[in-house]
Amino acid sequence: MSKCEQDMPTEQKVKFYQTGTFTVGNRLLDEEFRTVQATQERSNSIDSGHRACQGCGQALGARYALDAAMRATDNHIIAANATGCLEVFTTPYPETAWSIPWIHSLFGNAAAVVSGIAARLKAEGDTQTRVVAQGGDGGTTDIGLGCLSGMFDRNDDVLYICYDNGGYMNTGVQRSSATPGGARTATTMPVGEHPGSSFNTGKFLPSIAMAHEIPYVATASVHDLHDLERKVEKAMSFRGSRYIHINVPCPLGWGSEPALTIKLARMGVECGLVPLFEAESGELTASTKIRYQIPVEDYLKLQRRFSHVLKPANSDELEAIRALAQKNIRRFNLR
Amino acid sequence: MLHQISGSIAVAKAIALCRPQVIPCYPITPQTHIVEHLSTLVKSGQLQNCAYENVDSEFSSMSFCIGASAAGARTYTATASQGLLYMMEAVYNASGLALPIVMTLGNRSIGAPINIWNDHSDAMSARDAGWIQLFVESNQQAVDVHIQAFKLAEALSLPVMVNMDGFILTHAITRVDMPDQQQVDEFLPPFVPRQQLDTAAPLSIGAMVGPDAFTEVRYLAHHKQKEALSIIEQQAEEFAEIFGRDSGGLVKSYDAEEAELVIVTMGSVVGTLQELVAELRAQGQSVGILSLRSFRPFPALAICRLLQNAKQLIVFEKSFAVGMGGILASEVHMAVQSHKLQIHSVIGGLGGRTISKKSLHRMIEQAFNGTLAAEVFLDLDEATVEAELQRQQDDQTSGPAAENILRDMGVVSASKTH
Repeated sequence: MSKCEQDMPTEQKVKFYQTGTFTVGNRLLDEEFRTVQATQERSNSIDSGHRACQGCGQALGARYALDAAMRATDNHIIAANATGCLEVFTTPYPETAWSIPWIHSLFGNAAAVVSGIAARLKAEGDTQTRVVAQGGDGGTTDIGLGCLSGMFDRNDDVLYICYDNGGYMNTGVQRSSATPGGARTATTMPVGEHPGSSFNTGKFLPSIAMAHEIPYVATASVHDLHDLERKVEKAMSFRGSRYIHINVPCPLGWGSEPALTIKLARMGVECGLVPLFEAESGELTASTKIRYQIPVEDYLKLQRRFSHVLKPANSDELEAIRALAQKNIRRFNLR
Repeated sequence: MLHQISGSIAVAKAIALCRPQVIPCYPITPQTHIVEHLSTLVKSGQLQNCAYENVDSEFSSMSFCIGASAAGARTYTATASQGLLYMMEAVYNASGLALPIVMTLGNRSIGAPINIWNDHSDAMSARDAGWIQLFVESNQQAVDVHIQAFKLAEALSLPVMVNMDGFILTHAITRVDMPDQQQVDEFLPPFVPRQQLDTAAPLSIGAMVGPDAFTEVRYLAHHKQKEALSIIEQQAEEFAEIFGRDSGGLVKSYDAEEAELVIVTMGSVVGTLQELVAELRAQGQSVGILSLRSFRPFPALAICRLLQNAKQLIVFEKSFAVGMGGILASEVHMAVQSHKLQIHSVIGGLGGRTISKKSLHRMIEQAFNGTLAAEVFLDLDEATVEAELQRQQDDQTSGPAAENILRDMGVVSASKTH
């Protein structure tokens, strides 16, 4: 249950269920509970006119995360970006969508670049200005992991946000170590034995971040933007390294309808494949309970990347995905 | 003030006098003593307002420099050899983003075979990376050139790499006249960044540039390096005025103007050559040295000017492009193509092989008597090379050449295992 929900009077909570989609429109809420993004005075980290695809989960997640970071720091925020979709679609030369100071250096070094910025602020004695680094799952879990682990170890005063869409979507949908087992990508096609992405041992970065015992780790999803905002604000209340892993549907890479981005983000959570939780100094402190658990098939069947998994011949793959959902539910205490 | 001091400690002290604000470090021989000493200077409070960080790799180190410099900090780090290769993607990025980072390269060979000793292969691997690349002959020059490097980097908004020979300079204890803080402050004003990540004036750095403007952006980088040609000379003069010593501009000439045979080279080998050339000149031989202090930008005009009377050149270098030959030699060739000079490319000192005065003397004698080839590997053991070539011809599965040669020499006792 998000903080917003907790603070609400009981009768208002009911309204969450009125639309039948587990979502609630802004207009159904009392003014004090409406999203700040609905006001004209809202912060605006990423301006309109950028080149993201229709239904891009990352564009939505990044804007809400960075806007929340701007509010939390009274606009004293600097962002670094790994190479990837977010970098490309926000800065098509000679334009930029960023209204905050922003730097892109390389694919694998966002965590080290941002640490360098933080070092300069430290040397200057500037405690007001804060820094955020952002990367996709490839730039975070694969090529950028060394720099990120170093940043965690030094406990540099940085919020690192990973937008996880489960693959290298910017280069044409190849497998990353965050690609779900069984998913079709351009480098894990549904052919031969064990079609789709290999399951491997898993490389779940929030757990890796927790193992570094940094002050704050959270996962979030773009279907619950208030929860995302709250987690960013909470992250900004800590000093030291903080990590937020946001699940962002990608219509291009997932083979899903752009209009279904929010629904898919919610279904990922409700089926157990996308656990939402928070951890402090390596210990789990809160989990978002699944309200109505849905079968993983309901989630998978809306994505072409899993279409082969639902064929009877590939029941092993489906079973492995079901097992992962069950494991998440146990491990992160989701029921 | 005069000190009897190792090259690395002298450089660390000189860096501290330049008041850097951010120093990430990652260890690699032979530059390690520099960052070790800086760590102590920061921790003990002798270097204040400086964030010193132990990072997780050279790639992180240069990336850390990129962030710090973009945020407006005077930024320094040091590396060598494999470390430079590991950070190379960020090395290109730092110059592409026009960030005035200063880095020492304690010159060392590149493996395989792994070898920790001195040559210039690492510096040459970065020759197209867009950095200013300066070379020093002595530890006094190392101190002086590092101080100039910050001023140069910041004047141009370009990164500067100061190359000092690993071990030969970094580990050598010599007499060094250390400048005082007042002199350095007079020469080097506080850093005013050309671009800065600042919440009061937000800007985006590192945007994507397509075919519509990429050529222009890259040309400007080239143009900036050409501007550096005059700024290096000008700053060397300013330096001499304040510090009372000449540590060279683009090039340093040791009787090159009037010599018939000129040896063109870079780095600490100039020390040995100077001694030899002085002796030969005393015997009436017309020989001189042209030492490049700036390799990037390449001072083609300054080289041409100094070689007006030369008839023969020996380009002596501690690296080469495998499959092509001397790198410096081919660049010098380009610079003096209108001079109709006979040019010999001599490659020596690879992987720390001693460059003896005797071998250099023989090389010069051969040049004078017309027996020096166009391409020479100084002191190459031809018998060893022949033996290995024969072995490879006789046996398709002859194994790794490096280990075979060491076994022949009795350095390792391992037998061929297959």
